[in-house]
Amino acid sequence: MTAMQIIFLIVAAVTLGGALMIATSRRMMHTVLWLVLTLMGVAVLFALLQANFFSVVQVLVYIGAIAILILFGVMLTRRSMVDAGESLVHKNWWVVAVVIALLFAAIVISIQPWGAAHTPLVELMEFKEPISDLGEALVDPAAYLIPFEVSSVLLLAVMVAAIYIAVDRKGGKS
Amino acid sequence: MIPLSWYLILAAGLFCIGLFVVLTKKSAIGILIGIELMLNAVNINLAAFWHYYTQLNPSQTPLNGMVFLAIVFIVAAAETAVGLALIISAYRRRNTSVAGEMDLLKG
Repeated sequence: MTAMQIIFLIVAAVTLGGALMIATSRRMMHTVLWLVLTLMGVAVLFALLQANFFSVVQVLVYIGAIAILILFGVMLTRRSMVDAGESLVHKNWWVVAVVIALLFAAIVISIQPWGAAHTPLVELMEFKEPISDLGEALVDPAAYLIPFEVSSVLLLAVMVAAIYIAVDRKGGKS
Repeated sequence: MIPLSWYLILAAGLFCIGLFVVLTKKSAIGILIGIELMLNAVNINLAAFWHYYTQLNPSQTPLNGMVFLAIVFIVAAAETAVGLALIISAYRRRNTSVAGEMDLLKG
């Protein structure tokens, strides 16, 4: 058991623990805060995998943008959940838990016979993360120009659509 | 060092917990949070396989996996923005954010 494996196990425990707290937490606000912890664990996992750029992107995009957006959503729609006074979790949750435990067991059992799954991921030697190569490839027509432009159009369309859907066209007081 | 299967099992666990959250939460925002967990599990898998492929082929520049990972990030951000806009719009008209009570096509 090397030091890296111990670090991995600690981070995995924190990540899965945060995810379990999301599943069991009764208050939406606490759920979002546990989501932030889970996303932070995933960012550390990216760093362990030497995907350093995406570790930073995970913190910026997921924790900085998406978690805060969800936090705003919770605060804007909180009233009804408090008034209803009912559980946030469906009453037949244990049926779902059994089915999903079976699914997890099926995945783990199907991974085991595959020999390549047990390859140790060694540290990439003399590895500098090719950020400048990535940047050039994204605007190179021979490489990834089309996926880049398509995702730009997607983000623009999403921005327009989100404003169009969420704006109050009737001018009501709510 | 850390075997590839550890990452795969961790991602499977995160995906299963995300699926559980999606299926059991009553609040629509809770369902969105579950979808975020599932997308993160997919991202862990992609990053682990990217590392695995780069380790096996050290001579190539490892860009395919990074671009794939970036696209998943972009789609996740887009999905959350539109989902929250829909939830807020539905809340404004129906005064509820519980998924089971959003049962009319016409607001």
